[in-house]
Amino acid sequence: MQWEVVIGLEVHAQLSTQSKIFSGASTAYGAKANAQASIVDLALPGVLPVLNRGAVERAIKFGLAIGAKINSPSIFARKNYFYPDLPKGYQISQYELPIVEGGDIQIQSEGVDKNIRLTRAHLEEDAGKSLHEDFHGMSGIDLNRAGTPLLEIVSEPDLRSSTEAVAYAKTLHALVRWIGICDGNMQEGSFRCDANVSIRPSGSETLGTRCEIKNLNSFRFLEKAIDFEIERQIDILEDGGVIRQETRLYDADKHETRVMRSKEDANDYRYFPDPDLLPVEIDSAWMTQLKKTLPELPHVKRERYAAEFGLSAYDASILTGSREIADYFEATVKLLPAHAKQCANWIMGEISARLNKADMAITSCPVTPEKLVELLAKINDGTISSKAAKVVFDSLWSDEMEQNIDAIIDGKGLKQISDDGAIEQQIDAVLAENQQLITDYRNGKEKAFNALVGRVMKATQGKANPAQVSAMLKKKLSSGTAG
Amino acid sequence: MLNDSLKQLSQRLENKEISSVELTKEFLSRINKLNSQLNAFITVDEERSLEQARVADQKITAGTATPLTGIPVAQKDIFCTEGWLTTCGSKMLSNFVSPYDAGVIERFKAVGAVNIGKTNMDEFAMGSSNETSFYGPVKNPWDSHAVPGGSSGGSACAVAARMAPVATGTDTGGSIRQPAALCGISGIKPTYGTVSRYGMIAFASSLDQGGPMAKSAEDLALMLNVMVGFDARDSTSLQCEAEDYARDLETPLSGLRIGLPKEYFAEGMNGDVERAVDKALEEYRKLGAETIEVSLPNSPLSIPVYYVLAPAEASSNLSRFDGVRYGYRAESYRNLEEMYRKTRAEGFGAEVKRRILIGTYVLSHGYYDAYYLQAQKVRRLIAQDFKQAFTQCDVIMGPTAPTVAFDIGEKSSDPVQMYLSDIYTSAASLAGLPGMSIPVGFGEKSRPVGLHIIGNYFSESLMLNVAHQYQQATDWHQKMPNL
Repeated sequence: MQWEVVIGLEVHAQLSTQSKIFSGASTAYGAKANAQASIVDLALPGVLPVLNRGAVERAIKFGLAIGAKINSPSIFARKNYFYPDLPKGYQISQYELPIVEGGDIQIQSEGVDKNIRLTRAHLEEDAGKSLHEDFHGMSGIDLNRAGTPLLEIVSEPDLRSSTEAVAYAKTLHALVRWIGICDGNMQEGSFRCDANVSIRPSGSETLGTRCEIKNLNSFRFLEKAIDFEIERQIDILEDGGVIRQETRLYDADKHETRVMRSKEDANDYRYFPDPDLLPVEIDSAWMTQLKKTLPELPHVKRERYAAEFGLSAYDASILTGSREIADYFEATVKLLPAHAKQCANWIMGEISARLNKADMAITSCPVTPEKLVELLAKINDGTISSKAAKVVFDSLWSDEMEQNIDAIIDGKGLKQISDDGAIEQQIDAVLAENQQLITDYRNGKEKAFNALVGRVMKATQGKANPAQVSAMLKKKLSSGTAG
Repeated sequence: MLNDSLKQLSQRLENKEISSVELTKEFLSRINKLNSQLNAFITVDEERSLEQARVADQKITAGTATPLTGIPVAQKDIFCTEGWLTTCGSKMLSNFVSPYDAGVIERFKAVGAVNIGKTNMDEFAMGSSNETSFYGPVKNPWDSHAVPGGSSGGSACAVAARMAPVATGTDTGGSIRQPAALCGISGIKPTYGTVSRYGMIAFASSLDQGGPMAKSAEDLALMLNVMVGFDARDSTSLQCEAEDYARDLETPLSGLRIGLPKEYFAEGMNGDVERAVDKALEEYRKLGAETIEVSLPNSPLSIPVYYVLAPAEASSNLSRFDGVRYGYRAESYRNLEEMYRKTRAEGFGAEVKRRILIGTYVLSHGYYDAYYLQAQKVRRLIAQDFKQAFTQCDVIMGPTAPTVAFDIGEKSSDPVQMYLSDIYTSAASLAGLPGMSIPVGFGEKSRPVGLHIIGNYFSESLMLNVAHQYQQATDWHQKMPNL
């Protein structure tokens, strides 16, 4: 049987506020256990939550960026359950009237554009951490993370493969960083995914029973876990079994998912509006003000790059992979508006390869956009060849003391020969020694022409302008002056 | 001096007739003499109290005293008090020394009032008789067989027995007003949101409100001047302008319209209570007020609504008492679940458990709409009734409680009978309106009767004026039990 895979993702994005969502304690990562747990985070008797405005603003910005509805009022609710790292015995979250409802995200998967609908995004606090090692039969509790602001972003079950799921997660990851609401650091848990996976016979309209896979903290694990889960479900159904609704945990070491809890053990969370917090009212003035702080969004930029610079969809999407890359590109193209494609090629080629190799971010690229433009200008005015430019680029990258491009060109003798007389001399010499190629060319072998150009270039040690060589050679061969 | 008003005590301190240390010693010795028989205080810490008195004396000498500087105040053991045992009347917190001060405690500290001790109360403020306290029942100073009312029974007893000139209480459904009535003192629960709930251990967050208990309306006014004020740490705290609650005390009552809800005077009220209330109303007519019949058609629903909403919030508010971070923890357990189970089974008393179970039930999946949501709707109707009534009158009056103080043990096995003690007080709590009780005579067995005054939102000054004028014309508030 042919199966259709149905996936919805829940992403927990940690909002980049300095302090927690309901207390003044710091959210900085890596402090000593419980050093960042205030009396509110510890849930001492009598303490009360006070909402962090910055967390609300980040949620609103997200909603605006995906074209969602911003609910006003928006309500905080208590989700009640017992766990040692949940100090109040309830998590403050949102249930009815989440701050963000609806919205869409456009993804590209295997070259195809697809629109993914979002169900909602709501604000909530993170729990603490239980530490089961190092305490000799006891468990430790670290409440530094308790109260960290999270935006839980829930998609509709619109994803049809692990590849799409990863494309969606990556797009979302890029977006939250793009609009500056989340640092996206997956190692530190700033961006975590849960996947709801089900399958159904192709063509069926009804959803199959789903399993939720928890805490997938890398794109690779997300993909592998979903693929494993799809196989597992297909095996069960093809053996005549039934899928049980359950929450499963992905074990990266064993590459499998296993049961965490079944639907029967699921908590009744007894959601109700938190009486300690007032409904959040968001007026249009606040939204307008936040809208102004939003940068141009990636999909808008992509369309603009295509329209304004004639870039392909592929190029535009690479250049908008992060705000930093886009900034670099725009700084470059601003100085060289007629050569956008050339700028794009250099950033996606030379620069990106170098950055990857050195594991560096583009913001710390030793070759500034201004230098790159200066270098490209040398190609475009015929001073050096593209090939020679790469040599200059290498030098700029690795020798921060020598940033004078002219001096580098001179020092390395990279100047292109553009003098007709000098080139003609070389052409004549090459033609004189390669009668066979001339004959071949005249018999219609295009390759022979390229070989001749190559030999002239070689004779000039690559310094001749290849376009010039080509033109002059063609002229000579057709005028019959050769051979 | 034990019968002195705050004004008189303050005068004595200012005139250096007596120091705060001496005054504090005076009340401490009264507590020493009477507490073993009345059980009004859970914690008395002479050294700490005297230390505060010494600081107050410096303030007085420096000339920076305000009306409450150097005055001993008994604090209900629901207010977190730095360095003091803060038990909330529960075994669960029988070892909890608070590391911080409640907003209310801070305000008393700031004016140099002296904390004379922490008063007994129903466990987590759940009760109307003070019999649910882990620290044993408080006795009514007028009759040691009688309950003092609850939950602020220790505070009411302390003031009635002149172990403290004034005290704080908290009121969720009548917990200031009912014990004030049963002990023959005055008490006011101000408009919800005027007194900070920060550091006031939560029972039902949308109803809990702190307030003062004292011998007279004039003393209540001076106490409110200290207690009321915005607190950014409590999101439900209201930002209103500071006012002097004593400013209108002397205004004559001619033209005052007193609303008498026909539902309150219908049935359920004991004859002795009715006689005392009628006599008080007669006195008000003499003072120039007119009485008019009003209707609060939904008020009979206030007890069922209250006993859905308050337990719902309580079941969640009390989840933090899990033995993990502070407070009582069971001595032996084999695993996490057993630790929770035994800790909470052993740490909470029967009434608290009953309410946690009711609250958990009404919030459960499938019952939420029928109970919690329905109760919220009726709550709005109850508030609308008052809104309507206040178009016809300035204040509403009736009995505070249907009976005088009942005997210890009389209702403790019948929770519904006990809950009906709050039949007249819970409606104002649900509406968030201010309510107060003043003594207006004695009923059966010479036990005190209280008159209930409900005002419109933020009309505390008017209510205090109404009570003060009555107290100028009568002397019920000066009656003192023989001890």
